[in-house]
Amino acid sequence: MKRFILTLSLLTALLASCTPVDLNASIPTFDTGIDPNTWAQVPAGEFYFGQHENIETTNAYEIMVTDVTAQQYADFLNAALADGYVKIDSDNVVGYYPGDTFHGIKHELEIKAGDWAYIPLNDPSQRIKFDGTSFTVQPGYENHPMTMVSWFGAWGYCEYYDYRLPSEMEWTKAARGEDERPFPWGDEILRENANFYSSRDPFENMSSFGSRTSPVGFYNGKTYDGYQTLESASPYGLYDMAGNVWQWVGDVQPQEGFSDRFMHGGSKDTYDMDLRIWVRNSAPPMYFSPGVGFRCAR
Amino acid sequence: MQFIKTRFNYLFGSTKGLILVAIAMIAVVTAIWGMLSGPMAEMGVREIVIKLFGMDIVQAEREGRIIILYHSIAMAVVAIETYMVTGILKMKEFFKMTVRLLITVGYILTMVFGMGFAYFGHNWAFHGLYITGLSLIFFAGVLLCIALWPWDNEYYITDTDYARTKKGIDLERVAFFTTAVTTVLSALFGAVPGSFFGNGFEAFLAENIIRLPHKTTMEYSVIGHLHIMLALIAIMITLIIGRWLNFKGIWHKIAMPLMILGCIVLSLGVWGVVTPLEPVAHMIIYVGATPSMLAALFLLIWSWGKFAKEGTAHIAKPTFLQKLGAMVSDPLKFGPTWQMLFMNFTTSGIGIFMAIRLDEIFRMWPAREERIELTGHWHALSAIIATIILMYYGDMLGLKGKVRQVYGWSIIFLSDLALGAVTVFEMKRLFITEAEQQPLVNMLMYMIDFGLGFLLVLLAIVMVWRMTDLFKPKGRWTEEMTHELSQEVTK
Repeated sequence: MKRFILTLSLLTALLASCTPVDLNASIPTFDTGIDPNTWAQVPAGEFYFGQHENIETTNAYEIMVTDVTAQQYADFLNAALADGYVKIDSDNVVGYYPGDTFHGIKHELEIKAGDWAYIPLNDPSQRIKFDGTSFTVQPGYENHPMTMVSWFGAWGYCEYYDYRLPSEMEWTKAARGEDERPFPWGDEILRENANFYSSRDPFENMSSFGSRTSPVGFYNGKTYDGYQTLESASPYGLYDMAGNVWQWVGDVQPQEGFSDRFMHGGSKDTYDMDLRIWVRNSAPPMYFSPGVGFRCAR
Repeated sequence: MQFIKTRFNYLFGSTKGLILVAIAMIAVVTAIWGMLSGPMAEMGVREIVIKLFGMDIVQAEREGRIIILYHSIAMAVVAIETYMVTGILKMKEFFKMTVRLLITVGYILTMVFGMGFAYFGHNWAFHGLYITGLSLIFFAGVLLCIALWPWDNEYYITDTDYARTKKGIDLERVAFFTTAVTTVLSALFGAVPGSFFGNGFEAFLAENIIRLPHKTTMEYSVIGHLHIMLALIAIMITLIIGRWLNFKGIWHKIAMPLMILGCIVLSLGVWGVVTPLEPVAHMIIYVGATPSMLAALFLLIWSWGKFAKEGTAHIAKPTFLQKLGAMVSDPLKFGPTWQMLFMNFTTSGIGIFMAIRLDEIFRMWPAREERIELTGHWHALSAIIATIILMYYGDMLGLKGKVRQVYGWSIIFLSDLALGAVTVFEMKRLFITEAEQQPLVNMLMYMIDFGLGFLLVLLAIVMVWRMTDLFKPKGRWTEEMTHELSQEVTK
């Protein structure tokens, strides 16, 4: 009998692991009160770059207060499709990218000039839908960060509006300000500071679908249906510079032959250690994921 | 006073006592620091542990802390292997005593003051004692090399069942010697960049820079050091297990030269990463790894054949199943080589697969996924080495009958379950998307936590048993005081 119960428990657990995830499970909707169309001013000057606090300098620039939202990206696609800036190629939205210089170094990918996929259309994790004529956002995700977007798609968005992706240094300075803090809001991280793995936010259910994105600017000190967040803006007032989604930065070939693009900020799927400002992730520019987004600078 | 003196003599004067102390130290560190990451962190246990012990956790120093933690545990493992080598091989008493004294003081200083420095504020006196400990271990290693010198008539062998030269030089001893020498040199290979990056806490984890195409000589040296040290610890435990099982015959004669060759070529390949040979260093490493792994395979073939033959000696015509039953009848002797075979699924196989399909598959994923694979596969190798040590230790304890079976099979089953799950976790992106992975991840985490958790419980039971035994006037410890490992080599 004991053996039977043990076997049954193991089988149940095994079957539970095979249960498909409902990617369209209902999601709570909240208005965070943070306008994704606002920009923060970052002054010129020195700041601490990297884990070992090297002193670097940037010029003055502006950077988006939040990640680009799904709604903003859908609006871009509609305008860009009408302009012929992007087109539909099988299951992808594609756009032109002028290519990287190729050095032929070991493991280097050759990124040629041409059309590259900005976003996939038929991936079940894609929150932007295309009905053959226009792009819309899956209800509930309008103010969530745009995900499932390649570096090309992020680059293309910023270029379209005459913006650019922030460089790694600009991103760091915007997140950190001028002191040595590891997180945008300070020295320590609590669950109420950011959306990270197992942070027990209202968008997460670790026993079924796992972690999902939160609306941009969610961690602003407001209470949402009893869930109290902490004000977690960076010194320049940027939200979500740690957690929620990794953010593409604009550096191309920071080392000769390095064709990956860097990402910063950690995501809903990473432990808190990856939310430290200096932690780098990287991927080839054609990579997309439900945990990767971006914001622009100008 | 006599009570304490006799126990102290056992714990620090006998091979089995020294091994017990080192295992206990590792168990304590693993139990406490294991609660700072993974599911324990998710459940909030980490915060409780940090407050309870008054740890000083600075976010920017995480990498440095982890490096000291790894070194603290690794030094105790190196000490255990050294106790085994000095207990199982012939050597002059002076060397045996001196090596043991130095390495014992060394690893305890390293562990206590290293962890004290890393996790409890930066007392620089502690840092100095940590470095002193590492230096003593290095010096113990140099003395061990001298003690193992194989070209001494005293250690020549005449028995033709064992690998030897025409003159009688014991090739197994040469293999031990080669491993010890390459280990000492490889420690130096890490000490230089360790000092370089340790200055000002500019520490980094190798897995975080692996994708950058241009690395400095010092960065290459760190990457080479961590790989070769783990490989050499694995080679040394393979040699120790072979000696304990009394590896001999034709397989031994083929395996030992391969082990020597593999060890040298592998080390040269790794050291080569800081020379102009860097572009071909990986090829040299593959060339070196192959004979070493073949030697381990020959030990497996020989030992399994021996267990099957000896276990069915009383049967005129044993069937395949009877042979198989005999082969696995003693989990503590079958287990170490089984774990070596299992390692091919969790470590070598994964490593080779990654190397072959790196650009097509793994470099198309984010660096973080690659980091999971890299850290996962070497954690698995470390854990496998630990289980092999625990199985040999189980035999040293004289476990018999059902206890021996339960202890041995529990180690095999629990560790393989956990490490198998770790391997699937590492490779999950091959068959499941990020958005759909959570139920699978949960299942794998249950398996990992169940396997490793109960393995630690088993270890805790053994430690509690051994501690209570120390309070008995005629406990098992009294018998172990005089027993040397060389007397317990399988006949």
